Amino acid sequence: MESGASVRRPPSPPLLALRGVFKRFGAVQALADVELEVRAGQVVALVGDNGAGKSTLIKVIAGVDPADEGAVEWDGRPVQITRPHEAQALGIATVYQDLALCDNLDVVGNLFLGREIHRAGVLDEVEMERLTLDLLDTLAIRMPDVRLPVASLSGGQRQTVAISRSLLGEPRLVLLDEPTAALGIEQTAQVLDLVEQLRERGLGVLLISHNMGDVKAVADWIAVLRLGRNNGFFDVTTTSHEQIISSITGATDNAVTRRASQGWGA
Amino acid sequence: MSRTWTLRKQKQAGAQAGGAVTAADRRQLAAGAGAGAGGQNPLEILKRRFHSGELGSVPVALGLVVVWIIFESLNENFLSPRNLSNLSVDIVGPGMISIGVVFVLLLGEIDLSVGSVSGLAAAVFAVLSVNQGMPEAPALVLAVLGGTLIGAVQGFFLAKVGVPAFVVTLAGLLGWNGLMLYILGASGTINIDENGLVAKLTSYYFTNVAAAYGLAALGTAAFFLASYHGVRRRRAAGVPCRPMSEIVLRTGVLAAISLAAAWVLNQFLGLPLALLIFLVMLVGLDYVLRRTPYGRMIFALGGSVEASRRTGLNVSLVRISVFMVSGTMAAIGGLFLASRVTSASQTSGGGNLLMDAIAAAVIGGTSLFGGRGRTWSALLGVLVIQSIASGVALMGIQTAVQFMITGGVLLVAVVIDSLSRRAQRAHGRV
Repeated sequence: MESGASVRRPPSPPLLALRGVFKRFGAVQALADVELEVRAGQVVALVGDNGAGKSTLIKVIAGVDPADEGAVEWDGRPVQITRPHEAQALGIATVYQDLALCDNLDVVGNLFLGREIHRAGVLDEVEMERLTLDLLDTLAIRMPDVRLPVASLSGGQRQTVAISRSLLGEPRLVLLDEPTAALGIEQTAQVLDLVEQLRERGLGVLLISHNMGDVKAVADWIAVLRLGRNNGFFDVTTTSHEQIISSITGATDNAVTRRASQGWGA
Repeated sequence: MSRTWTLRKQKQAGAQAGGAVTAADRRQLAAGAGAGAGGQNPLEILKRRFHSGELGSVPVALGLVVVWIIFESLNENFLSPRNLSNLSVDIVGPGMISIGVVFVLLLGEIDLSVGSVSGLAAAVFAVLSVNQGMPEAPALVLAVLGGTLIGAVQGFFLAKVGVPAFVVTLAGLLGWNGLMLYILGASGTINIDENGLVAKLTSYYFTNVAAAYGLAALGTAAFFLASYHGVRRRRAAGVPCRPMSEIVLRTGVLAAISLAAAWVLNQFLGLPLALLIFLVMLVGLDYVLRRTPYGRMIFALGGSVEASRRTGLNVSLVRISVFMVSGTMAAIGGLFLASRVTSASQTSGGGNLLMDAIAAAVIGGTSLFGGRGRTWSALLGVLVIQSIASGVALMGIQTAVQFMITGGVLLVAVVIDSLSRRAQRAHGRV
């Protein structure tokens, strides 16, 4: 169900747009002519089978592994993202699958890791704790104690800490790599609630997930990657589960893919 | 963007589940606040801390009391002012080295060269001041800076070349010991000026009783004011804080311990200069570790190298700087040890000094796995080790027994460290 009309003629340019992105690792063509758009206040789920290029695409956007070819547009302007801090400067925050938390530090310490507030060279713990409580409060996150080492938190809580941390830099786009993998039902609900909070705050969210239930619960759009190429961009409300699955497995081709392959053939 | 009915239902289910979690969390929030409020039931706090692996310095403090009771019951001179006063000076040399080891352990690394570096620093000082006729002050500074430089070199090989710290510092252990023997030359032992600056480090006592009591009172008052100021700031900012009762309790314990120590020291010669310097070092470096961005970098790096790197932390620089701290503290410790025997000899920095310094840090509660520990563990650990050494010496039994006891204590400390680490992992909430 390509709803190209509403996407192609937007009232304002998308927050992030990728045009014809290619990425090659040695003999492996990880991404080929990938297109993607994420708008402010929109949750786009990036789905695909293992090796479809989802994580590679996230790394391209985050500036960890820049694309070989292709254009990146931010707010309609062409930009270059070749280093992680360039992506951060634009307002792109990334939460990786391994979360990158320091287990021995408490919630406050992890949230402010690398951007500690200090006065005259002394950490301002009180201010950092206040801001942490404020942030968790606005996100409706319950944390037993922000002074506990994160090692003693549950998987869902650790995930929410990692996502909250990405929000401290006031990003406009958040990339989430499998945020609900290995979480229980309740913890997954917590994280999905948080994703909705991000959308309500007007942030763009690009979410990698393997779980169709999660995707259908929070995403507005679903972008399918198959073997490093686009294989469909679906409106969640009008697309069936089966359509998405068949698109992931390659049982159906999609208009975008056809276009891409024509482009390749030529 | 409208959604289908099924999706809404799904979301509602999610929201309900979220609500349930929230309620459960609130309970825990209340429980956490109750335990944090402390005053009500200290046993509860201890239990909670045990389960979440945050025992801190409680086991080692209890262990120290046990050691003291045992030795006192075996020999009544053990807790005499004279012995305790000597103990308070004996701990300074190994204690200084152990502080440096705490820094390295916080990164999850190891520094095996601290013993040799301490011996080398003593030798450098002795050669410069006695053989070369340099005044003691610049000789002392050069000896300490030599330790800093050695730390920088070892840190470079670890951080930039990628050689494991174990290997780099093992090479250092041999190499710096060799350099010490080389510069000491044929004579082997150099006696330093018994009335000089370095000798005074451990031989000078503030004989005025006001000094020890004044330090105890000042320290307690500073602790109370800092805690009180913290509580007021936290109240003003509206974040949870310790109740005043807990602060009063902590201040009371600190006052009791420090005044008792001052009383004991005044029964002998007064407050030793060495102990004063050691305490200042402990407080200062504890502040650096816990209250400055630099200290936070060390803890972060000890917790997760990858997470630290991704936040833009300069991993190499922090690693090199920590080994510089370790080398510096080793050199300072070496000078205190030389001061104690007023000489630098071929055995300086040898024996079980290295093992004592590392064991002290671990016994005191600093984790071998990195990311957990405090400078105070150097004090507590070295107190335990030196108490055992002193007790065994008083009773006139062989050092063999001392080694066995210290080994046993170290094993217990590492077991506690491993168990609390496991408890922390297992103690997932919700």
